[in-house]
Amino acid sequence: MSYNFKETMSKPERLAPGHRMCAGCGGTIAVRNVLRGLHEGDKAVIGNATGCLEVSTFTYPYTSWEDSYIHNAFENAGATMSGVEGAYKALRRKGKIDDTYKFIVFGGDGGTYDIGLQSLSGAMERNQDMVYVCYDNGAYMNTGIQRSSATPMFADTTTTPAGTCSNGKPQNRKDLAVVMAAHDIPYVGQTTFFKNFRDLHVKSEKAIYTRGAAFLNVMAPCPRGWRYNTPDIMEICRLGVETCYWPLFEVENGKWTLNYQPKEKLPIEDFLRPQGRFRHLFKKGNEYLLEAFQKEVDRRWEELLFLCSR
Amino acid sequence: MAKRDRLSGNEAVAIALRQINPDVFPAFPITPSTEIPQYFASYVANGLVDTEFITVESEHSSMSAAIGASAAGARSLTATSSCGLAYMWEELYIAASNRLPLALALVNRALSGPININCDHSDSMGARDAGWIQIYAENNQEAYDNMAQAYRISEHEDVRLPIMICQDGFITSHAVENMELLEDGEVKSFVGEYNPEEYLLNADSPMAVGPYSITDYYMEAKRNQAEGMKNVSRVVLEVAKEFAELSGREYGLFEEYRLEDAEYAVVIIGSAAGTTKDAIDLLREKGEKVGMLKIRLYRPFPAEEIAEALRNVKAIAVMDRAESYTNHGGPLGADVMAALFRAKSQALAVNYIYGLGGRDVRVEDMEGVFETLRQIDRDGDAGEMYRYLGVRE
Repeated sequence: MSYNFKETMSKPERLAPGHRMCAGCGGTIAVRNVLRGLHEGDKAVIGNATGCLEVSTFTYPYTSWEDSYIHNAFENAGATMSGVEGAYKALRRKGKIDDTYKFIVFGGDGGTYDIGLQSLSGAMERNQDMVYVCYDNGAYMNTGIQRSSATPMFADTTTTPAGTCSNGKPQNRKDLAVVMAAHDIPYVGQTTFFKNFRDLHVKSEKAIYTRGAAFLNVMAPCPRGWRYNTPDIMEICRLGVETCYWPLFEVENGKWTLNYQPKEKLPIEDFLRPQGRFRHLFKKGNEYLLEAFQKEVDRRWEELLFLCSR
Repeated sequence: MAKRDRLSGNEAVAIALRQINPDVFPAFPITPSTEIPQYFASYVANGLVDTEFITVESEHSSMSAAIGASAAGARSLTATSSCGLAYMWEELYIAASNRLPLALALVNRALSGPININCDHSDSMGARDAGWIQIYAENNQEAYDNMAQAYRISEHEDVRLPIMICQDGFITSHAVENMELLEDGEVKSFVGEYNPEEYLLNADSPMAVGPYSITDYYMEAKRNQAEGMKNVSRVVLEVAKEFAELSGREYGLFEEYRLEDAEYAVVIIGSAAGTTKDAIDLLREKGEKVGMLKIRLYRPFPAEEIAEALRNVKAIAVMDRAESYTNHGGPLGADVMAALFRAKSQALAVNYIYGLGGRDVRVEDMEGVFETLRQIDRDGDAGEMYRYLGVRE
């Protein structure tokens, strides 16, 4: 698949403006750019777990979705789309439809890593012909910034507040892309908004046009929850990648590939410092927390390098 | 041409489903409904159906996938029991609010705890306010016939609501009875093709399903469901009439058994109606004027028709195979009492809780219930209206 930035960016938008997502929201950036992976003329059914994206883009009687769209509940986007995809197979078999449809689910990390994990796991294990895209902003943002299993260690959230006896979230984040790769599905990709979006666009097209189950994990910063200067989203993502906090990789039929190796791995402080949710880590006496964070980033990075070297 | 056969209730329902040949069947096993998807899987494996059979990882997902499939334009269904129904609770409401015509083959089983695999109606009774049509069967024949009629009711343009076809776990689901099956072609043409107007996979007109809808539209959505429900009784009767022409078997909103001149009546749901009929026959031989009203359509509840059918009865026992923990009776009791009150009935009425967790109800138990009704009538006082039958106190 050859990649042409200009061509990709000039595709018609499939998420109409006028929705109610926050200015600078990473979720909508993820959606608009993943949908650029669809070939013109191909139809899609978009699924959505309950979350910011759903309540802000399909507020009755208005919808921002140019394609057919289904929201069912919080924890069942994978199963719901399995039914849609099953209907497609059945109706095609009966000769009732002949158009080409693609099935794309968007869920936040709450609906994906946590409450929707079982439903997602089932859909992936059954190798349903769909792409599940997690727009990972690392907390339950829709309900007001509560921790999720995607929340990084030490983040200050409303259910893991930093305080005199607390350094924020005590646990490490779940590595969902690895969990999905362990499902042995045809395609798993991890990406974010990086440079000219080539990585995201290429992976989206691959994921959408992979036969069978595909999973895409997209780091999608939330300015409200992460508390950085809203216009700096691209810089935040760049730092996530350059510090190896959020590596860009893909797993195609079991083959791991690292898609970007930083020339010089930046210290994790560079990623954490601009974010209000980590402010407490930079208080005097808390250097050991930064060291612990760095150690975990290094450990996971080394593990990824090992997997990609095989 | 009807075919006689000996079948369990589960196999009978599975055969009805094979004859219907639905588009999508997501399934997850749970006793005692497991056999339905199991039989169906063998139909799929042997090319007897065109159905997309999705072996999901839970009941929450089976109903979620059935909803997705139905929204996409497919005729879909699932089957479950007890905790499986409880697990898909949230989805029941969503199916109904989306006005999706889909079917659920429910094999009634007690809800945990304590964990119990046997029959009572606590599962479906708890779901009675979810916006589903509920139809109950006394025996295997009725379970089969109700399933054959399900989509005609659910998909009717004046209804468009999901439908739960209930039968009693083990008592009918596993017991083998003589029954009559319709020919495959007869069922196929009776049920017809499903061609929805709006669906996700309609290339000419994309659709969005499952909106966020707050104070400005939510209430209208709920009212809209209620409007669909208002048409259900009429459609149930229309479909039953057509089905009778095909099968020779007649169905209504409920069955009246020797009720015309009855002084004492039992109102009941499910397989224990058969036991009650035996008790009635024995008592009738002794000259006692006893009868029964067996609920077929429980949601929506045909209150006026039921009160009318009970108008000449002196004393009534409403039998609930589920608790409601109101301290004054079960769910059917509440519905029947309300119907009698609205009809300004003067009948004395009591409400029994019976058969929980598969506790057997015998002919002599039901004779005892009629004896109690006679006593109440003699006393002119119903006494304790909230009673238990067949429990160790």
